[in-house]
Amino acid sequence: MTGTITISLHLNGEAVTATLPARMSLVDFLRETMGLTGAHVGCAHGVCGACTVRVDGAAVRGCLMLAAQADGATVDTIEGLTDTGAIADLQDAFHRHNAVQCGYCSPGMLITAADLLDRATLPDRAEIRDHISGNYCRCTGYQAIVDAISEVATARTKGAA
Amino acid sequence: MKTNAFAYVRADTVPDALRLYAEAGEDARYLAGGQSLMAALNFRLDEPSTLIDITRVAALRGIVADADAIRIGALTRHADVADSAVITAELPLIHAAIGHVAHPAIRNRGTFGGSVALADPAAEMPACVLALGGVMEIAGQDGTRHVPADAFFLGTYETALAPGELLTGVTIQRPAPGSRWGFAELARRAGDYAMAGLCLMIAPDRRDARVVFFSISDRPVRARAAEAAIIAGASVIEVAAVATDGIEVYGDLNAGIATKRHYASVLLRRELARLDQQEAAA
Amino acid sequence: MTLHAYDRPVSYIGASVPRPNATRLLQGRGRYVDDKVLPRMVHAAFVRSPHAHARILSIDVSAARALPGVVAIYDGADMAKVITPWVGVLTHLSGMRSPPQPALAHGVAHWQGEPVVMVIAQSRAVAEDAAALVDIDYEVLPAVCDMDTALAPDAPRIHPGLDSNLCWERKFETGAVDAAFADPTTTVVERRFTFGRHTGVTLEPRAVIGDYDPSEDRLTMHYSGQAPHMMQSVVSRHLGVPEARVRVVAEDVGGSFGIKIHTYGDEIATLAAAKMLKRPVKFVADRLESFLSDIHARDHRITARAAVDADGRLTAVEIDDVTGIGPYSVYPRSSGIEGNQVVNLTGAPYDFPAYRARLRVVFQNKTPMCQYRAVGHPIAVAVMEGLMDDLAHATGRDPADMRRINLRRDDSYPCTSPQGMRFADLSHQQCMEKLLTLMDYEGLKADRDAARARGIHRGIGLVSMVEVTNPSPMFYGVGGAPIAAQDGATARLDASGAVHVANSITEQGQGTETILAQITADVMGVTMADVHVTTGDTATVPYGGGTWASRGAGIGGEAMLQAARALRAQVLEVAGVILQAAPDTLTLVGGAVVDAATGAERITLRDLARTVYYRGNELPPGLKPELIATRHYRVTDYPFVFTNGAMASYVEVDPDTGMVKLLSHWVVEDVGTILNEKLVDEQIRGGVVQGIGGALFEECIYSDDGQMQNATMADYLVPMAGEMPDITIAHVCTPTRTSDLGAKGAGEAGTAGAPAAVMNAINDALRPLGAATLSQMPMTPERILRALGTVA
Repeated sequence: MTGTITISLHLNGEAVTATLPARMSLVDFLRETMGLTGAHVGCAHGVCGACTVRVDGAAVRGCLMLAAQADGATVDTIEGLTDTGAIADLQDAFHRHNAVQCGYCSPGMLITAADLLDRATLPDRAEIRDHISGNYCRCTGYQAIVDAISEVATARTKGAA
Repeated sequence: MKTNAFAYVRADTVPDALRLYAEAGEDARYLAGGQSLMAALNFRLDEPSTLIDITRVAALRGIVADADAIRIGALTRHADVADSAVITAELPLIHAAIGHVAHPAIRNRGTFGGSVALADPAAEMPACVLALGGVMEIAGQDGTRHVPADAFFLGTYETALAPGELLTGVTIQRPAPGSRWGFAELARRAGDYAMAGLCLMIAPDRRDARVVFFSISDRPVRARAAEAAIIAGASVIEVAAVATDGIEVYGDLNAGIATKRHYASVLLRRELARLDQQEAAA
Repeated sequence: MTLHAYDRPVSYIGASVPRPNATRLLQGRGRYVDDKVLPRMVHAAFVRSPHAHARILSIDVSAARALPGVVAIYDGADMAKVITPWVGVLTHLSGMRSPPQPALAHGVAHWQGEPVVMVIAQSRAVAEDAAALVDIDYEVLPAVCDMDTALAPDAPRIHPGLDSNLCWERKFETGAVDAAFADPTTTVVERRFTFGRHTGVTLEPRAVIGDYDPSEDRLTMHYSGQAPHMMQSVVSRHLGVPEARVRVVAEDVGGSFGIKIHTYGDEIATLAAAKMLKRPVKFVADRLESFLSDIHARDHRITARAAVDADGRLTAVEIDDVTGIGPYSVYPRSSGIEGNQVVNLTGAPYDFPAYRARLRVVFQNKTPMCQYRAVGHPIAVAVMEGLMDDLAHATGRDPADMRRINLRRDDSYPCTSPQGMRFADLSHQQCMEKLLTLMDYEGLKADRDAARARGIHRGIGLVSMVEVTNPSPMFYGVGGAPIAAQDGATARLDASGAVHVANSITEQGQGTETILAQITADVMGVTMADVHVTTGDTATVPYGGGTWASRGAGIGGEAMLQAARALRAQVLEVAGVILQAAPDTLTLVGGAVVDAATGAERITLRDLARTVYYRGNELPPGLKPELIATRHYRVTDYPFVFTNGAMASYVEVDPDTGMVKLLSHWVVEDVGTILNEKLVDEQIRGGVVQGIGGALFEECIYSDDGQMQNATMADYLVPMAGEMPDITIAHVCTPTRTSDLGAKGAGEAGTAGAPAAVMNAINDALRPLGAATLSQMPMTPERILRALGTVA
């Protein structure tokens, strides 16, 4: 049984079926098999957060899940979330606040930020810092990222009111 | 870092999982949330022949409460434990601790039972289970058996689980009304494994006390001397002074043995003082 | 009345515009090396030495070779046939020595993590499977790990050809040092500092693809790094491919910080394998490899003392620095620069007459050490600022006053330091005063004291600093390294009216391409959307040094300014002919040539370009328009252009636990002309946080036998969002007169100053508790408990 497995999933809104090595991680599947290189591999042991993607709506580490486990799942990556416009406000705020330098952490950081905004209405800066504390950014020092998320949280709250 | 090549099979039921293990042999591993196992596989610290994916065994997921006890299914994810109204109300110790388990994306996939079964000496959930006197429900070829937490954690990543046995759930008696609890840990960064941690359960009128430290030894450990001192009515300072008496403490890169002993004592002193203040205020 | 530059509708220099090239990064459309897939590409994995020092007795690859999917396996002997070894010394660091370094260990492995065998397979996973099957027999040799004992006469020698483990020694003395310390009226303080080894932890690990075309003998290196032209030269020299036939392409780079500017054996071996196999080979370091093979930095032990006279004026400073650099001096920048910077920069903000320094650079069996962000600065700044606080305490002065007394006066420039550093256009006094106001120093002291009364232990740490930026050829080129100190820029007007520019500086997220577009748009009177920037490709950009030593804006930016101005002059010349007007009566605004006096549009750049390119028949026969200009720039008047600044940290220490909470951090910096304040501020903030990493968290922990103990991201602690403070930034602007642009560098000052600020703040918090002074970084909770005497 060592070898390959065939999986079907909803990837960025599309039905996808693929045959791949059983040992392939979800992030390698996305990057290598599907060409979705927005999720990055920074550590491959679940610490850095660069590979964060959404599986069935929840932010997860793409390096700590087998692609085989995504069979039947709904998977959204930065590419899909960009296309739907679901996080356009966050992307815009990150851009304006210069909350991105090298960009390697950004897709994972955005998905983590979106996860927070989906569950908390108006997080304060400490809550934002805590929520993104599993996503490593070597460049920015985090402050601009906190600024950007905080701004979007406020805007979304006003928009909802 | 890529894992070794392995076979991947899925189980839909517990008997299914046990059968697949029996077929694959001792080099097989159960794959639950995978948040520790996958990292170990990526490092090739472990090179299993077969991964038995149990994440689709629906019966292993969920939290059920009856009049006496709360059962947490082994596959209940940390995020679901954190969001559980039952846990928040009835087992606030776990609710307080779970926010310290790594980071949101890990909690979205990591499971309660996986953490307990892995028995990382620095992990929060095993310590909570020990402090709450939980009982492990274990499925094996010969049926189901129950092991109390006090007999479950045997060493670093070492538990009473025999090869092929599956932790299916943990049952925790509802703490007596008026019980007090405390949780505290010292970690270098948010979400890191702690340098030292404490889970504390004190029954009304100090009839009983369970003081559990984690990340200071090879497993979550009960501080028997401190428990006895609490029950005997000793002062906060007196209890803290015997915090690690009789405990074999292990150092790590962040804190040596002396520092861990000191931290254990500080955590205990602070939590007891906080509880005293809380009580005085009430 | 002519239009002033500031009257233009679009004036980009100084505007905090967002980075045009960041949008795609936020959409997951980056192009990092590992994102690239080439036809027939195969993948490399390395078997690395598990020992710090071991003789390689035998290598058996038979089982590995038999694995399906394995394409090739090479060991050190194989690679020695196709790669010449390199020697990482610079001739101007007189007396420095380092033996030839092979791409793969050959005969002896000198550090844990040194590549020994390269496996190439159809996938990285299979390459790793095969690597696990390579059987290497080692004879473990004594490992020389501690830098002090490495110099002992009886220490095992790492390189048998050398008479000791000393790589380089530098001694420097000026002024009456002994007399100053002997003077009974002076106050002398002395302190021993230890700076732990740390490393860069770029989020994107090192990555390379070699792509060789034998039909043309052309080698393309897809490179994650900062200095394409330097790599082009290095690759050519050591692989024997003519330099002009080596193309180095750096697209998106996921962080570098100096880590990715060195010669790594695994990367060169990847290129060699591509050449031998005649097909693309990719190597992407995994995180474990990164910790053991990316260069490390710092690792200094320094004894330092300073003396002040009765008025609190510094009379002498002395340091003795020992630094461990691993088994080789790293090529081509050498591993002597960090220590050299410590010698050159200690005390730089202050005016004092006598200075003595000794530096010993020592070989050891650990991962090679080399230049990483703020090279030497954090050490020089921490040593001096630690001593300044000690002197303040010893003489009963406020730390701010201690600095006020000794800072170089803002009206004293140009001037020369005891070390011979030539300073110009600095503003230490302004920066310090502005900092004290910004942070409300007096209010903060009151808050600290009130907190102490409540049993809460807070402390304030002050820092003055300089940062070496915009280096001249005196940094590397003078020492024989193929490292350009000049950069080139090309600007051209296309038929569409768009301006295309290319520049030899590179982008790793700083905003390089943004400031180039800003400068160009400003000069050419176009919107930034009409400027298209190319960097990072030796095939298409002018020749130059790349991005390092905080030189991008100051040098590449100045080259861009001059190239854009030259293009503008060309455009105006052509416009003058077409419009029958004197060029100096015309200017460029809004994408058009306009009358300078009235602002009336005369011809759009697009129409002008189309006339030139398509309808040259309309132009007079004598006019041969060029709508492209290239200019190069190097700093000539000074060896370096210094940036200066002042910084403060406010911390709270829990004396029960040794945990440090960073409450606030302030920076006032003088980077000269600010091209884009948002970009500058984010450089400073990111730099501060990296500095805090070194101060509180980051350390490569080694066992006595040279095994790194914490080579995972779970164990090597980098700063994360939860613990970092918000950082308040203000500026003083003293443009450098070495260039028209006036920009100094901004990339490293944060890292330079933050460790000292945090250290001084922690010591300020702990002083009333009678703690020993913290002088070892990182200042871990356990070390703080030791300083307090809580644990042994």
